[in-house]
Amino acid sequence: MLTLKFKNTYINHWFTLAGDDERKGRLSNIDMYLKDFYYGEKTLEAAEVKMQKTVLNNLLSKTDFDLVIGGDLSNQLGTINTCMRDFPKSFLGIYNACSTFVEGLLLASNLIMNNNVDKICVLTSSHNLTSERQFRFPVEYGALKACYTTSTTTAAVGAIISNIPSKYKIISATIGSVVDYGITDVYNMGAVMAPAAASAINAHLFNMNKRAKDYDIILTGDLGTLGIELLNEVLKRDFKISTDNIYDAGTMIYKESQNKYTGGSGPSVLPLVLFSKIIRQKRYKKILIVGTGALHNPTLINQKNSIPAIAHVVEIEVES
Amino acid sequence: MTYKELVEKMTPKENRWKNCIVAFLTGGVMGSISHLLVSCFDVQTMLVIWIVLSSILTGFGVFDSLVDKLKMGIVIPITGFSHSVTSASLEYKKEGLVTGIGANYFKLAGSVILYGIVSAAILAGLRGLLCLL
Repeated sequence: MLTLKFKNTYINHWFTLAGDDERKGRLSNIDMYLKDFYYGEKTLEAAEVKMQKTVLNNLLSKTDFDLVIGGDLSNQLGTINTCMRDFPKSFLGIYNACSTFVEGLLLASNLIMNNNVDKICVLTSSHNLTSERQFRFPVEYGALKACYTTSTTTAAVGAIISNIPSKYKIISATIGSVVDYGITDVYNMGAVMAPAAASAINAHLFNMNKRAKDYDIILTGDLGTLGIELLNEVLKRDFKISTDNIYDAGTMIYKESQNKYTGGSGPSVLPLVLFSKIIRQKRYKKILIVGTGALHNPTLINQKNSIPAIAHVVEIEVES
Repeated sequence: MTYKELVEKMTPKENRWKNCIVAFLTGGVMGSISHLLVSCFDVQTMLVIWIVLSSILTGFGVFDSLVDKLKMGIVIPITGFSHSVTSASLEYKKEGLVTGIGANYFKLAGSVILYGIVSAAILAGLRGLLCLL
């Protein structure tokens, strides 16, 4: 796998917006909450578009930027494409399922390092009900769910990357490759993504000549409680890496009492937890974020294919 | 051990017996109420009451949480059928009467109709054969 090293790339600002279930959860320090799933709009898709617009407008009030790199879970990136109609900025739409934000971050870092662009906004969002409809059943349909599944988080997150020094420096990144271990259970995305996360972490450590213990925290995206157990097991079994500093962002969002199965999922989970919790804690100086994406396509699954997965890794250093 | 076997081993198992017993009890209770309704009115009225009731509960967003608690006991009877068409039409109403509701109304219930007709035809054929013998 390819590892890129960056110079002079920093995270300057961010804006986090989350839904009502997330407000009732374990995270504090989120910039804005929604009262309901509709956010004053007539359709759920329009609500997600408005969420993205709110994030962009808030970031624009802090600083201007030249390019937006972003994606979400909707078909043909429908929501982010609709959102960007109202912003006359250069735009790159990207999709790697739930690892989209990390993918955007490493692309932005590369452009910034080469001095091609001054400031880039990396944007992502996910909405519990729009994903539910797209990947599973109608919103009101009471389908029985497996106890080990994850629940899509409602949130939109944007971050500004530039070469203006700040406390948060992007050091390096590893671009993952698609792996498929033959899992076909659409309710078990943790199991689908765990091997992808393991191989990306292993590749990053090998290419950077580091050990897992060199990082204060390795934060995976949305594996859930089952997925993180599987990741530790695969790391130990296949790559001989044994470490106790791997945590999953999806498991940090909700309280047990909220009945969210094994945790939150979606591309916004990792940046939401990173910006509202991890990056603010003084004990985490060297952070490795691992965006994990289950490249799930309902048509291909119905045609009896297994689910491929990908994981990208970005290393962030926080100066004190 | 392959990865699939590892996943199989580590994935928590659903408590199928508990789910079965809950579904058996709720389905049984529904059956008893239906019996009362039939003795008060007639079969058609009983069916209409269940269909309307589950549609309304779906509209208010209550039915899906009831399924969570009461399991398949309320999905297998006609309430489940009514719930599936109502939830699909709620979902697609913004996409228009023809391309939205019309095209997706039986998205979930289509299989029930198709295979219901197919199995009814096969059983009717068998019965016809038995009568001939």
